[in-house]
Amino acid sequence: MSHKIVSKRQLGEEVFWARIEAPLIARARKPGQFIILSINNDYSERIPLTIAGADAAEGMIELIWQKVGKTTAELADLREGQSIANISGPLGTPTHIDNFGTCVCVGGGIGAAPLLPIATALKAAGNTVLTILGFRSKDRLILETEFAAISDELIVTSDDGSYGRKALVTEPLKELCERDPKPAQAFVIGPTVMMKFCCEATRQYAVPTQVSLNTIMVDGTGMCGGCRVEIDGKPKFVCVDGPEFDGHLVNFDLMMKRMNAYKKQEQAARAAYEKHRCKIGLDE
Amino acid sequence: MQLTRSTGAKSGWTNDRSDRCAQGGFSAHALLPFDARWTRGLRTHPTGSRTVRDEERQQQLQELLAKQAAGELKPKDRFAIAPQAMPEQDPSVRRCNVSEVALGYTKMQARLEAMRCLQCKTAPCVQGCPVQIRIRDFVTAIAQGNYPEALDIIKENSLLPAVCGRVCPQEVQCQAKCTVGLKFKDVEKAVSIGRLERFVADLDHGEGAVPSVAPATGKKVAIIGSGPGGIVAAADTRRAGHDVTVFEAFHKPGGVMVYGIPEFRLPKAIVEEEIETLRKMGVEIVTNFIVGRTRTVDQLMTEDGFDAVYIGVGAGLPSFMGIEGESLVGVYSANEYLTRANLMKAYEFGKGADTPIAASKRVAVVGGGNVAMDAARTAVRLGAEKVYLIYRRTEKEMPARVEEVHHAQQEGIEFHLLQSPKRVIGDENEHVKAVECLRYELGEPDDSGRRRPVAIEGSEFEIELDTVIIAIGNQANPLMRQTTPGLEFNKWGNIVVDENCKTSMEGVYAGGDIVLGAATVILAMGQGRIAAAGINTYLAGK
Repeated sequence: MSHKIVSKRQLGEEVFWARIEAPLIARARKPGQFIILSINNDYSERIPLTIAGADAAEGMIELIWQKVGKTTAELADLREGQSIANISGPLGTPTHIDNFGTCVCVGGGIGAAPLLPIATALKAAGNTVLTILGFRSKDRLILETEFAAISDELIVTSDDGSYGRKALVTEPLKELCERDPKPAQAFVIGPTVMMKFCCEATRQYAVPTQVSLNTIMVDGTGMCGGCRVEIDGKPKFVCVDGPEFDGHLVNFDLMMKRMNAYKKQEQAARAAYEKHRCKIGLDE
Repeated sequence: MQLTRSTGAKSGWTNDRSDRCAQGGFSAHALLPFDARWTRGLRTHPTGSRTVRDEERQQQLQELLAKQAAGELKPKDRFAIAPQAMPEQDPSVRRCNVSEVALGYTKMQARLEAMRCLQCKTAPCVQGCPVQIRIRDFVTAIAQGNYPEALDIIKENSLLPAVCGRVCPQEVQCQAKCTVGLKFKDVEKAVSIGRLERFVADLDHGEGAVPSVAPATGKKVAIIGSGPGGIVAAADTRRAGHDVTVFEAFHKPGGVMVYGIPEFRLPKAIVEEEIETLRKMGVEIVTNFIVGRTRTVDQLMTEDGFDAVYIGVGAGLPSFMGIEGESLVGVYSANEYLTRANLMKAYEFGKGADTPIAASKRVAVVGGGNVAMDAARTAVRLGAEKVYLIYRRTEKEMPARVEEVHHAQQEGIEFHLLQSPKRVIGDENEHVKAVECLRYELGEPDDSGRRRPVAIEGSEFEIELDTVIIAIGNQANPLMRQTTPGLEFNKWGNIVVDENCKTSMEGVYAGGDIVLGAATVILAMGQGRIAAAGINTYLAGK
């Protein structure tokens, strides 16, 4: 069955949100899980996207994505009422939710989207939730209201100072770690480099840190191994062993290189798509 | 045999590499319908030469048949018939397209090849077949020109003859037992049973009747996985009148036959036909459905009303060697490489397909099985200039089908035998630049009966590369284990079943790679059939 987009809007610069029909996934999904979609049947690529929210009763899932390659750009051009041919999921091991006490949730850029269901579940489990959201600039800010509603404390930063505090997320993160008592657990989701530095920060304070990795994938069920990362020196598959791992054991440098394996092809494909798109007049 | 073809490319992924080809401008897609047409049943060959030869063959056949009718045909006459070579695309041409390599016998070739069969009373070939096809009888029917009967005989035991005729390792199964091969002390001179099976299966193209289905029983069967085992289990349970649903994790059904085995060895159109037959029988096929995640086995049985389940989810996790540098950019599992190239059509990246694959120049494939051959030959077709196959034993121990090994060699793949990578070396961007290998020698036989390779100390050397593909097998996928508490697994993570393929859970059966570890299409099919019989018996008594 194909999956109808029932509503869609742009949240910020290059960032989009959509509510999509996927009743089975909406029923089964738990915080931390993701889906793999392909827009059409024969030639489309399969891309993983984290589930930002779901409504089991209405059979809807919510996705938030940023335009990076061709598929995310094409997805952004789909309109309400149009459909996505394939969505499979929910994939990955769900987040371990418990009453840890005080949790710090750090979301960088589009990483705020997968963080929201986790932070919401943590709050519901009785945790004190301290949230840090970081963005490049004000025009990329997303989900501030949603996080404000479930956080005991919310700190928003921007790289250029155009909104909130002018800082990288590591700065307030260190401050929260210095509090007494220090947070019991940190959850960090965002660009790989941000997760790397957040983990270096929390390591100094011995605050256990979960990260959610968004590597390249093909099947998402453990069959291809394209998503493998080094955890404590050993290869692990993000799709079945993860996507969440102990951030202090992840080899982020290698992961960053692997993430860039198809950068050139990705950019060329998007450029070709944008050029074609102008010709067929989708730009109205 | 050199084939000359006049088909021009309509849209060519090979155009930019046409300088490498004897005849440039082949296109995967431009050729497909054409190939499918004449390899799957068209009587005349596009080149005249084959027709001329067929006239000679016809004469030879008539003489043999006349002798047979007069009761004068002796085994020595049969031994005197030359083994019929499989017509193939020329290696220099096929390096640049993804169309099927082996083109199939003509009728005359098939009948002559079938005349080579001695029709042994004991039919040792049948014992060599994992599903006990009545081989002698179908070969006899082909010799007589009675093709529909030949196909009916095969279909008594095998539902997928067009597939098995192409991918079964006949040289270690039926053909290994063939008296003709034994007489010549050369298994390659055995009667080509697989090629004959393929021949009759291909004649069936488009005319195959949909198997009849018994009156509805009101019982529901879930088949998890749409590979060879799943297809057979679905067909057999549906024939018994049950309401059957096949669940497939990918967006396309067919399992390893669509993501793994390449087009040039098994055309996707054949698999699609088998799936279509299931649909015509009334089997529902649900894609993008991951049992264990979308719904669990428990949910299927307790909430969704399924009375029985067949688990045929395949192998899953690709094995890696555990050596330094295996996570570098440019190191692939064969599963990933083949999935990108086959299922996702990455060979047409930028020309329609959105899935990229490394633009490799120098590739090493590690392993000696069919998957290793498939990966190496795919790399050639994707434009690699140099493809090495690194295997730590000798050609004799290779688990790959002999035909695939020959084809790989013909296509210019360089075999590095008695060698194995010690580490993968990366450049400053963590991209593969070389592998360091060790040389090996063969020692005493190990558990598998093959002589154990022993590393020669201090024999390290480097091969410069940009891509490494690891094809050393798979481990069991943990998903079923993680999500199906009542199911018993062995220490390797494979599902434990009895002789009827029944698992530790009531109404749940399993087969194929998830039970056997690494198996073949025919073994998976055999288990699908056993499990279906078990399910049908179980449901009849419920």
